[in-house]
Amino acid sequence: MALVFPFSAIVGQDEMKLAILIAATDARVGGVLVFGDRGTGKSTAVRALAALLPPMKAVVGCPYQRDPALEPAGGPKPKSHWVPVPVVDLPLGATEDRVVGALDLERALSQGVKAFEPGLLARANRGFLYIDEVNLLEDHLVDLLIDVAASGENVVEREGLSVRHPARFVLVGSGNPEEGELRPQLLDRFGLSVEVRTPQDVATRIEVVKRRDAFERDPAGFVADWAGEDARVRKRIVAARKLLPSVKVPDSALESAAKLCMKLGTDGLRGELTLMRAARALAALDGDRLVGDAQLRRIAAPALRHRLRRNPLDDTGSTARVDKAVAELFAA
Amino acid sequence: MNDDPAPAARWADAVLAALLFAMDPARTGIALRAGAGPVRDRWLALLRRALGETPVKRLPLHIRDERLLGGLDLSATLQAGRPVAQRGLLAESDGGVLLLAMAERLDAGTVARITMAVDRGEVLAERDGVALAHPARFGLVALDEGEGPDEKLRPALADRLALQIDLTGLALADAPDDVDAALPSTRPGQVDMPEALLDALCGATVALGVASPRAAYQALCVARAHAALYGRTTAEPEDAAAAARLVLAPRATQLPQPADGEPEAPPEEPPPPPSPPPPSDEEPSPPPPDNDDPVEPDLGALQDLMLQAAVAALPPGLLAQLKAGGANRQTSRAAGVAGAAQKSAARGRPIGVRRALPRQGERLNVIETLRAAAPWQKLRQPSGAEGPRRIQVRPDDFHVTRLRHKRETTTVFAVDASGSAALQRLAEAKGAIELLLADCYVRRDKVAVIAFRGRGAQVLLPPTRSLVRAKRALAGLPGGGGTPLAAALDACAALIDAAQRRGDTPVLVMLTDGRANVALDGTGGRERAEADAYAAAARLAALGAALLLIDTSAQPQPGAARLAAAMRATYLPLPQAGAAALGRVVRAAAGADP
Repeated sequence: MALVFPFSAIVGQDEMKLAILIAATDARVGGVLVFGDRGTGKSTAVRALAALLPPMKAVVGCPYQRDPALEPAGGPKPKSHWVPVPVVDLPLGATEDRVVGALDLERALSQGVKAFEPGLLARANRGFLYIDEVNLLEDHLVDLLIDVAASGENVVEREGLSVRHPARFVLVGSGNPEEGELRPQLLDRFGLSVEVRTPQDVATRIEVVKRRDAFERDPAGFVADWAGEDARVRKRIVAARKLLPSVKVPDSALESAAKLCMKLGTDGLRGELTLMRAARALAALDGDRLVGDAQLRRIAAPALRHRLRRNPLDDTGSTARVDKAVAELFAA
Repeated sequence: MNDDPAPAARWADAVLAALLFAMDPARTGIALRAGAGPVRDRWLALLRRALGETPVKRLPLHIRDERLLGGLDLSATLQAGRPVAQRGLLAESDGGVLLLAMAERLDAGTVARITMAVDRGEVLAERDGVALAHPARFGLVALDEGEGPDEKLRPALADRLALQIDLTGLALADAPDDVDAALPSTRPGQVDMPEALLDALCGATVALGVASPRAAYQALCVARAHAALYGRTTAEPEDAAAAARLVLAPRATQLPQPADGEPEAPPEEPPPPPSPPPPSDEEPSPPPPDNDDPVEPDLGALQDLMLQAAVAALPPGLLAQLKAGGANRQTSRAAGVAGAAQKSAARGRPIGVRRALPRQGERLNVIETLRAAAPWQKLRQPSGAEGPRRIQVRPDDFHVTRLRHKRETTTVFAVDASGSAALQRLAEAKGAIELLLADCYVRRDKVAVIAFRGRGAQVLLPPTRSLVRAKRALAGLPGGGGTPLAAALDACAALIDAAQRRGDTPVLVMLTDGRANVALDGTGGRERAEADAYAAAARLAALGAALLLIDTSAQPQPGAARLAAAMRATYLPLPQAGAAALGRVVRAAAGADP
């Protein structure tokens, strides 16, 4: 396994990093979609995520990394062990059998056993599923993902197999809007959507190049240099997860969120829900026990910009629309 | 490019680029724009000499995923009776060089698969029952045979290629003889890059308006390779200047603005207009590198050196465009997306598997066939048979891969922006187009926009799926001038022809009042203009595409209706063309209602 560029060494791109941290703090926020200019470290940030995540407890030998705490009571207590949280790549060109799982051919042929060979969805359970260039993913795989991401369960009916297994994962996608737009149904599955732009000041650009160069010349040394910073981020995630259950959402914040969503005319309740969850996770990351306007303001754009009523011709940009609504709401 | 005054200098740069690439293939990459022919062959031969023992592989245009990414080894799988994986071309190229043939025609999907491997240095595949992860660090050489500005490498691919050279218009006779292709033993990795040089390179990147952050790193790698090529272990300003010329100049979108109080501009270059139009979706262009930097004098001088090197290397056409402030990256990006654009779906990617006997042209899916057969093996084995078991496959087990052969619709909008179409009518026409665009969005059509006014027609937007861009193209469309109908019809015919060649279904929506008064050669005169227009209409009709003419005149005109008849187009006067009616007619014309 090649060394990956450390998360904390990524220069700038604060919104993207924040969205990833929020998703790592509370999986229920939904996934993260990172769209933007080429070469801005989109996939670097996602790949760096794996190193940040604290390990989780899982049932030994379970292909779906089941949580031992959620096993039905009464039965024998399953053995559990600590495993890294999976961050699974779904590469372009993947075939359906590898994604959903299929009959284990080798065992079927050599032993005559009808066994299920779990796919990427199984491996991603309780973790992250990452699709780079998500807008180029074949449509039939997109359909499949939309379904599984909504139900949290993967149902396989093929080759005489009938298998259902949990598949709850945080969907993370990245891409460049020039390669095409994302289907609205899939867009909706992402809790947060982040836009990344090329930094325009010289100092930042110099820093980007220097760090990239340092990493390329001595990956191990560079990763070691940043291990301390990464550890700090990990601690922050762990602390936020601990704090999260006790973070309160006052009525005033609920009201602000509802007003904001009404103002923007977002469809359904999903926007409000995501906004609240993300704001709570953000408060937890900040070490706050109370969600306030500050969190709502910071997270409004990523939580809502992809949920505005789609006007494909509107080039004022949804970010600007959200920002305007936020400014109006909190100025009043 | 025949007017370029210095073929010798261009050859020298092409040779230099080949050597630099050979010094460090994986960190540089090269885009070579040239038609197939002896000139390109000469260059490739030089490259091969410089590369020496480094293996070179060639990636054919329509490579399939199993060959590109890896997958199942068919014969080995059948022999062994269990899945046997094999590496794909990307993995096989590890440590070598990969030549992309006809790279300008690669579809977005293939480009994404290649660039993903480039970015990660490894290739991942989850295919046909096997999971693969192989190192894949290779140098890319993209052979761009595109002609004209619309046919070029996809931006995603060009972005990964540090060196971009153009051999079009160069003659074999000008090629340098006896190039010493022996590379020194100094490696780019050993070269130290002084901080000031790096800062100057980054500053030049921003000053030239280079969009991609990758470019600065690529320039750094090229500067190191250049130093190593000359046997230096510490980079000199000339190494960085060479990198600026070869890497940054081709990506420039603006001329550097001279810093305040520093009257000296690059030689012979008048300062650009005070405010080069910033691309609408970005921050205003950054200020020139600050003067109050502590290392200013040195840094400023170094950066000037880079900028001079880069500006001197700008092709004459681009330079003029930049000076006029017209080269915004919007157009260049749009063009890049267009070229080979959305061919991908038309070429057919696998969209799943179904149970069927492979008929002509269909591909047997071995792994699914074996999976279907597997559960029955116990029953099918002849009882008491000794020796190695053979897998029994029955016709029922056969599965084939389904490919998508959906034809995509490209809707071409041709908008009459002439004076006779009157400004207010133009606004109405734009409104009508917006309605249609929304419809295109729902159907995920591609759209293209042609505008005509004054002396000719202009492709505002080559086929794209980005409707925001289409709208932007329209919004900025000024009105006024004559009606060059013939030129417009010919421009439409060209776009439609190109779409048909791609395998798409083109639909033309033309909004005009049909009053031609500018002939094909740009001269005025109603009579000739009309004759030209009818001739062009006949040419357009011959393509057999679905055409729709929306009459934008205040009162429906017989002229427009006659023109529609000559084009064999459906005629629709705008006043009657409500949103629903327009959508219906276009859909009917496309004949492809899902």
